[in-house]
Amino acid sequence: MNTTSQAQHISQQFNRELHKVKTQLLEMGGVVERQLSLAIAALVEGDSGVAQQVRDTDKSVNFMEVSIDEECARILARRQPAAGDLRLVIAISKLTTDLERIGDEAGKIAKQGIQLSESAAVEKGYAEIRHIGQQVGEMLHNALDAFARLDARRALLVAGEDRSIDRQYKRAVREMISHMTEDPEQIGSSLNVIWSLRSLERVGDHARNIAEHVIYLVTGKDVRHIGLKAMAAQVDEDE
Amino acid sequence: MRHIMADQKLRKIAPSEVAELARFKTALRPASDHVAESFLEVEQLNLFYRDNVQALFDIRIAFPERQVTAFIGPSGCGKSTLLRCFNRMNELIDGCRTEGRILLENRNIYDPQVDVAQLRRRVGMVFQKPNPFPKSVYDNIAFGLKVQGIKNRRVLDEVVERSLRSAALWDEVKDRLQDSALSLSGGQQQRLVIARTIAVEPEVLLLDEPASALDPLSTLKIEELIYELKAQYTILIVTHNMQQAARVSDYTAFINAGHLVEYDATDTIFTNPANKQTEDYITGRYG
Repeated sequence: MNTTSQAQHISQQFNRELHKVKTQLLEMGGVVERQLSLAIAALVEGDSGVAQQVRDTDKSVNFMEVSIDEECARILARRQPAAGDLRLVIAISKLTTDLERIGDEAGKIAKQGIQLSESAAVEKGYAEIRHIGQQVGEMLHNALDAFARLDARRALLVAGEDRSIDRQYKRAVREMISHMTEDPEQIGSSLNVIWSLRSLERVGDHARNIAEHVIYLVTGKDVRHIGLKAMAAQVDEDE
Repeated sequence: MRHIMADQKLRKIAPSEVAELARFKTALRPASDHVAESFLEVEQLNLFYRDNVQALFDIRIAFPERQVTAFIGPSGCGKSTLLRCFNRMNELIDGCRTEGRILLENRNIYDPQVDVAQLRRRVGMVFQKPNPFPKSVYDNIAFGLKVQGIKNRRVLDEVVERSLRSAALWDEVKDRLQDSALSLSGGQQQRLVIARTIAVEPEVLLLDEPASALDPLSTLKIEELIYELKAQYTILIVTHNMQQAARVSDYTAFINAGHLVEYDATDTIFTNPANKQTEDYITGRYG
């Protein structure tokens, strides 16, 4: 049964601390979301200025990760949270790691974008980047939304989408390989595209991780490594 | 003192209800308890203070042997009252009446034939404030045995040393056994009281807020002691300190307004309780 309580703590100070770290995490999520969409746009539009901007943002994302984790450690040490509060702090601490990695992947996409903008690429695979990019962006957005609303069902949907991303990624890579055999001059830029696709696929994995942490936060069940069906059963059981 | 015996009550239960009851009882064993027969079990316990004020409502709970179970709950919820049922301490309160059964090794401790003094030897109790006798350290421990008629000095010496060692106090007091127990620090006094309790080799230890009057280091020593003692004793502890319950107990029972709300492995209670009342209590929220 979902008992995650929305009631106020007797200690208002503790309430504020939890609220603050939750807000910080959502801010970090917002920054990373923007990083990702800018990186994709920079790549497909060949805008190396925007791409550089994405790479520069990485430092502030790293800083956010560290400061949110510090806040979590402080809460654990000073408040000894239990039950839903404990799961919130643990989930936040894990979410920062996944968000930071998504930021890294956005940085990598931006880097590939800069290299592509300097080459005479024929924009092969760009449609796939745009398409998969939009989907993983939505996954990330929905995962963070599920976190903000403590919505395990929504998190479950996000986790389910990861498979489709994996399939599309494999198909896109296959196409890029045949493109490279047809046009060996494009091997360099094709690799840039493949690395970018790979990064997007990783973003999908991280979004799924975030969704799993949200399910843990809401239901108290650790649903990592158990497969979608078992995950769905756990969420059903909780409702 | 009037006890309505559960034996008489049980006969009134229709056969169709028996299966239901059995299921209910199973549900109230901690999930990870695979012991078929529980060592200590409470059946449909109701307790009334004077003027029929009910303090405990239909408590059903079974405790595994040689484990620590913590009772947590707000002040006045009945957890100390419940604890005092296990050695029939409530009978000392005027007008207090208990219904239902408590089975210690399958024998009802509220059976009229039960010798209460004998019961209290089997079920020892330690209170919030250390209450050593105003006697020497040695005599505090030897007292219970002397009452039992044991006079042999060598036996007494041996029990005193063993009890003090078990209570992690021996090294601190071995050179001052003849000093007054009241000259010890609060934490030492509490461990002395525990040593005195285990000197008569009880089976169950009832600890009512045993560390709440102690400083943090003495508290940790008592907690460490509880961990060591559970190898030999079944321990029930009442504590206001939730972190303490989380640290020392294997199972936790949450009691609210005289009702047993939730009973489960301590890890489950403190990470993912099933009941919202429990969650609100342990996370410090308004009910």
